[in-house]
Amino acid sequence: MNKYFRELTVAAALLLLMLGLAIFAPHFFQIQPLISRLTSQMPALILAIGVALVIISRQIDISIGAQFSMCAIIAGVTAGAGLPLGVAIFAALGAGALMGALNGVLVAWLGLPSIVVTLATMVTWQEALRLWQQGRLLPLPAGVQWFGLSQAGGQAVVISLTFILLIGAAWALKNLSAGRFIYATGTDAEAARLAGIDPKRTTFGVFVLMGILAGLAAVFNMVQSPQVQPNAGDGLDLKAIAAAVVGGVAISGGRGTLWGVLLGMLLLANVNPALTHFHQPPYWEKAIQGLVILLAVVADGLRSRKNRL
Amino acid sequence: MKTLLQLTAIQKSFGAVRALKGVSFELLPGEVHALLGENGAGKSTLIKVITGAHQPDGGTLVVAGEVVSHLTPSKARELGIACIYQQPALFPDLTVAENIGLRLKKTGLFSRVRWAGQRTHAVELLKRIGAEISPDAEVRSLSMPEQQLVEIACALGSGARIVVMDEPTASLTQKEQHLLFKVVRDLRESGVGVVYISHRLEEIFALAGRVTVLRDGESVGTNAVDTLTESAMIKLMVGREVSSIYPPSEGEPGKVVLSLTGLGCAASGVSGVTLDVRAGEIVGVAGLVGAGRTELARILFGITPADSGRISLNGETIFISSPREAIARGIAYVPEDRRRHGVILEMPIAHNITMAIHPKFFPGSILRSKAESLLAKDFIRDLGIKAYGPDAPGGSLSGGNQQKVSVARWLATKPKLLILDEPTQGVDVGAKAEIHKIIRSLAKDGLAVLMISSDLPEVLGMSDRVAVMRGGKLVEMIDKKHADAHTVMSAALGTNGKDAA
Repeated sequence: MNKYFRELTVAAALLLLMLGLAIFAPHFFQIQPLISRLTSQMPALILAIGVALVIISRQIDISIGAQFSMCAIIAGVTAGAGLPLGVAIFAALGAGALMGALNGVLVAWLGLPSIVVTLATMVTWQEALRLWQQGRLLPLPAGVQWFGLSQAGGQAVVISLTFILLIGAAWALKNLSAGRFIYATGTDAEAARLAGIDPKRTTFGVFVLMGILAGLAAVFNMVQSPQVQPNAGDGLDLKAIAAAVVGGVAISGGRGTLWGVLLGMLLLANVNPALTHFHQPPYWEKAIQGLVILLAVVADGLRSRKNRL
Repeated sequence: MKTLLQLTAIQKSFGAVRALKGVSFELLPGEVHALLGENGAGKSTLIKVITGAHQPDGGTLVVAGEVVSHLTPSKARELGIACIYQQPALFPDLTVAENIGLRLKKTGLFSRVRWAGQRTHAVELLKRIGAEISPDAEVRSLSMPEQQLVEIACALGSGARIVVMDEPTASLTQKEQHLLFKVVRDLRESGVGVVYISHRLEEIFALAGRVTVLRDGESVGTNAVDTLTESAMIKLMVGREVSSIYPPSEGEPGKVVLSLTGLGCAASGVSGVTLDVRAGEIVGVAGLVGAGRTELARILFGITPADSGRISLNGETIFISSPREAIARGIAYVPEDRRRHGVILEMPIAHNITMAIHPKFFPGSILRSKAESLLAKDFIRDLGIKAYGPDAPGGSLSGGNQQKVSVARWLATKPKLLILDEPTQGVDVGAKAEIHKIIRSLAKDGLAVLMISSDLPEVLGMSDRVAVMRGGKLVEMIDKKHADAHTVMSAALGTNGKDAA
């Protein structure tokens, strides 16, 4: 079976969907709405890149939505206090790095299961935000939205930076030692350790990177609206994980590419607009997304069964 | 007397490896029949055939006069066959009584647990074997021997007529052993047949009526225990000539590379190991399973760092606290479990080979796939790895070729000391000879080699000196001139070498 079978399958599905839309609902491809929809998906894509690395190293991080919300509020508060936008961005990335480092220490050095650790940190950040913000919307000062540029300019910045990030991360995963270590650790941490790789450091690094990417995603989300919600990240965690899984990142670790993640993200994100353009009730969105995820997981299961012999 | 169990010409292969090449064995009621053999002689496989875990490829199995063609574990249990393993297989979170109750009868999913009855029954069984264990204790809280006693109680309670004991005393204290011996004798009195596996010859003399010796997957004879001496038993176990296919050692060994003084690690049960390995020399490490050989290697490689003694490498005293450090010092370890730890099966050969040299080979941590591929090609050529190229995944290779990749990974680190753990385990004969040749030529190039092996002919054929370990200690250092199967085996078993000779 081709190494990139999953990526090709998802690409084919996406192509089919686009083709159907081109024939039956050409309105879908109106340039302005298309760019707006794409821009709105960029924060989730950034999260998906991060969580894909986490999953490849055979861990999981379900606190990414909460980290995202926390970073968004911290950036919003910083900007609201009159500090320059650069400081706010830095604060978001720093807060993300710290939250990621906490997960990383608990998982890598204390050896706790990442699902439990990140469940606990998720609830902690969510509740801390609830106490702190009491559910208020946080208005942002002028000059934050679209980085003070025009809407088109801001959208261009968000989209192009996200894709530069994606290309850079995909390159690094393939061409840096660290990328190889992530795959090795995810395939078998003990085997990696016996080869002189430090799986703890690798795992820790991945969680920190995840936190930083959550901060970046929060910034790219913040600039798209005039205010910040304290629960902005709710649901984004599952969306990102789903994109990774659909894109062929194996939940059992050690396998997956970021190109697959991009395709998975695009496929899942287009379910809703496609429904609209096909004049179907939007209630089907979640069900169809669920079905796609289920298909991906079943495909993984069949594949690993075959490999198990 | 009716035979309880009769095995005739049993054969079993795993891929290319023929584990059993025609074993015959017989068990009578009220008999303790010992099974003796070196590591890898086929004892475990034979047990698994008896308990239905493995289906034999050939031969017949007769239980209580009936030919059994497809024995499964559950059918074996119905036929009254029970096995007590070295590592008890109990549920640690349940109580003793619950464990016994679970094991004894098959119940429906919704049948009610009769707590009182279950407990009474457990008390009764525990009393029968003289075990002072509370039926309400959680199994987690019991010691290993106590858990073994619970296993025996289960076997008794299920009405087993054939009880297999696989090295039951390996983890017991003297007092516990005596308790166990009494239980075994009681079983014998009550007409149960016991298949008793142990490396301790004195136990076999104390308990068994007859002994069957396995060697290389064949039964080489069944004798009454009182007609044999220890020496005769050992002869039966090892009795064969070392073949001359092993590459000869050449030249004199150079200066001392590795020197250990009183090395130990309490957590892994190794203590007081003193040993020198010279450049160009192959030191074989022999011993029974559990003698502490792999543990010693793991100490040297920093996986379980030493807590006593001294390691010096090329005259410099060093402390090794992690594999990374060991690698940086020039120590390489080809681990035993090749499929899990030696090679990452999902990764291409080239990635596997560079796995341990990233910091050196990829400065700035940027991978250079061309250089990587060339390096892999060199090793594929030099070690004769049969693969379609550097991009072939490790999992696509045969066992012998995987082992060569694992060796290549460590040669790429340009080590001073190479530790090999069971380098030819599960490798076919042809690849085995090739690997031996590779090891010898590495030594010739000045590498110090420490080779752990349970394959006695391999140890004798390859080693310039043989270090024998027993119970976590290095008990004897035998020069090539004096090393023969008999002396090594005697040292490994702990019987007096002179007596045995």
